[in-house]
Amino acid sequence: MAAPIPGSTHECEGSMASVKAVSSAAPLALRIVAECPVSKARACTLTLPHCAVSTPVFMPVGTQGTLKGITVDQLEDLDCQICLGNTYHLGMRPGPELIEKADGLHGFMKWNRNLLTDSGGFQMVSLVELSEVTEEGVTFRSPYDGKEILLTPEQSIAIQNSLGSDIMMQLDDVVSSTVKGPRVEEAMHRSVRWLDRCIAANKNPDRQNLFAIIQGGLDAKLRKACLDEMTKRDVPGFAIGGLSGGEEKDDFWKMVTLSTEHLPREKPRYLMGVGYALDLVVCVALGCDMFDCVFPTRTARFGSALVPWGSLQLKQKQYAKDFQPIDPDCQCPTCRRHSRAYLHALFKSDTAAMHHITIHNISYQVISSCVFEHI
Amino acid sequence: MRLELSRAVQGCRLGLLTGLGNTGQHSLEVPGCLLYTCCATVPHLTQDTLHTLRDLPSVTQVSVDMYFAVHHMLMVSYAGLHDTVLFCSLHDSANSIPAGHVTNKTVSVWGSGGRIELTAARFMAIQAAIQPDFYQSMADGETWQAGTSRKRVRKAVDRTLAHLDECLVLHQKTQELKQSEIFGVVEGGDILEERLRSARETAKRPVGGFVLDGFHSAAMDQDVRVQLIKATSAELPQEKPRLVLGVGRPDEVISCVEAGVDLFESFFPFQVTERGCALSFNYNIDPDPETAGTSTPTVLEFNGEMPAVKKLNSNGDENMTPYEMNLKDKRYHDDFRPLVEGCSCYCCKKHMRSYVHHLLVTNELLGGVLLMLHNMAHYLGFFKSLREAITSDRLQDFKNRVLHCREGD
Repeated sequence: MAAPIPGSTHECEGSMASVKAVSSAAPLALRIVAECPVSKARACTLTLPHCAVSTPVFMPVGTQGTLKGITVDQLEDLDCQICLGNTYHLGMRPGPELIEKADGLHGFMKWNRNLLTDSGGFQMVSLVELSEVTEEGVTFRSPYDGKEILLTPEQSIAIQNSLGSDIMMQLDDVVSSTVKGPRVEEAMHRSVRWLDRCIAANKNPDRQNLFAIIQGGLDAKLRKACLDEMTKRDVPGFAIGGLSGGEEKDDFWKMVTLSTEHLPREKPRYLMGVGYALDLVVCVALGCDMFDCVFPTRTARFGSALVPWGSLQLKQKQYAKDFQPIDPDCQCPTCRRHSRAYLHALFKSDTAAMHHITIHNISYQVISSCVFEHI
Repeated sequence: MRLELSRAVQGCRLGLLTGLGNTGQHSLEVPGCLLYTCCATVPHLTQDTLHTLRDLPSVTQVSVDMYFAVHHMLMVSYAGLHDTVLFCSLHDSANSIPAGHVTNKTVSVWGSGGRIELTAARFMAIQAAIQPDFYQSMADGETWQAGTSRKRVRKAVDRTLAHLDECLVLHQKTQELKQSEIFGVVEGGDILEERLRSARETAKRPVGGFVLDGFHSAAMDQDVRVQLIKATSAELPQEKPRLVLGVGRPDEVISCVEAGVDLFESFFPFQVTERGCALSFNYNIDPDPETAGTSTPTVLEFNGEMPAVKKLNSNGDENMTPYEMNLKDKRYHDDFRPLVEGCSCYCCKKHMRSYVHHLLVTNELLGGVLLMLHNMAHYLGFFKSLREAITSDRLQDFKNRVLHCREGD
């Protein structure tokens, strides 16, 4: 496991870049390389235990310790520097004890770069009919075996400690942004309390970074209150949560910009669940550094290839005799070798079709986030 | 195309199939296997993952039904195959063909839209589009069902010869097939006289080689197969290659090689992959310096654990052979060893049984990718060792090693 990053400022190089350790012992350092004079966009180098990451960064999601048919070598060749694992799923199968024995999730899946794990809490929103939230934690009925499980902040952190991810997310009380009323405020306050419990439960603060997640739904007052509280805690980074669940775009952007306005400049901002390329560019302009979404890999499995002008549904008949690559300007391995027609036909008979499109979609997302170059 | 035989040992032919490809610069060692593809791609694999495999066969196999999935000649080059040597078979041996759709003038294949009936003319038009380096002639192979009547077997032989003659005429007339070779197909079910008749008649025609049909695993007993292939082989010219369809298990491969077969398909590793299993049988006969001089290894030393056949796995697939391990079995949950110790495939160099087990249990696509890589590598290694054993006169040691995990050996 990589050593913690020294928390000193003497690595400053010139007046343009500012290096600051984000907290006294955290294994994370953010160096702002450039800032856009017009928008709030910034390009940074985020140094984490396994390697440095250029931001803005798009993080592919490898839910169960694998990225949907792609080998770790292929992922490295696509210049992916950080990807996601899902605490809930991995906590169920194969379980934290086994992963700890295998030298953490890095050792289990043989990924040598960075990993970010979520708390397991998002399943609360997506599987909401199965859960009950109390002050103690979230009760699920497992879809695998029907058993009741209680996920507490302590347990979420314990699992993530076993997984050994470079960045861990706090367990937050998530409500869909379409929910209104007192539940939103209750969830916001509870998330703050759970943040403190997560901080206390982290066994490896020298190797694993715990991020807070700003809640508050679409209510500016609540969000501001949450920001005020959470920024008092000494965490290495912040996520903007509770969005991308189906809200109106205008409301969405307002909450994002409000959040980045009140988050410390020298700590990374992770906007959770944003995956459409258009949103990505806007959110970078609003000051966000990190993004994730299952969309590119999930949509690949349905035959949908992402392109600058939208997406191609390669299963459609019109592609049966279309011999261009997905995107003639794209340099990914799929576009360099294969045509839409080939992928269209392959889709009917073999899983390799999904792999080809997944590779293209990830490459597309990673390249899009090479907005770094343009800032 | 030329078959250069370097030796024949105990019935096994060893040599090199040369002069393959556009410029004739490719060759294939014999006995050997072709690279199995489904829709012109090796299942589960993209170019990057495929090329982690070393010593890939220089000849790729495609089948006529694939043409109806991708329906354009350019498909071949877009699939990345343009630089390879192609053999085209009629069917895909990994899929079972519904019976009852053969007539005097036609055979049927199944594409994405359903059944397609082929006359010899249509069959040859497809060959002209695919432009394989060699291909099997159109054939009636529907003799594999139990209790096929003598009359039906005879008809299969007759039809197949008639199709061959028609295909030969069309082949001569087709500009696009000038560089291609047509292989005659030997039929005859499990009836010796018909097999001999088919072989003798087919051998009279100007074909580049022979495809032995109707011998696949479900069709007949090992012993019957071996007898019939031996007899058939004796009727065929020595200098022309023989390819058998539908045979893939290591024990069946070995006995077919001893009976005079040169080439095999490689659908077997794919089938093993599809049932979540990994080939694990030992084919290495080089003495381990630490045990040289001691008695031959016992069954218990097989890859360090009991062979799968001796235990009843709850997840066992009924098609599972003694040559593989079932990675879905719970015992691999915390097994941190590679699939096969000493295997140099990507999966074994990078990953462990526990991880592959997890991928299979969670239905993750990467499971298929990794297993396919391992199974292909293992299978190719088996063929390489087989050739080395024949070369160095150690075939019996090789057979002992590969076959000893079977009951009663």
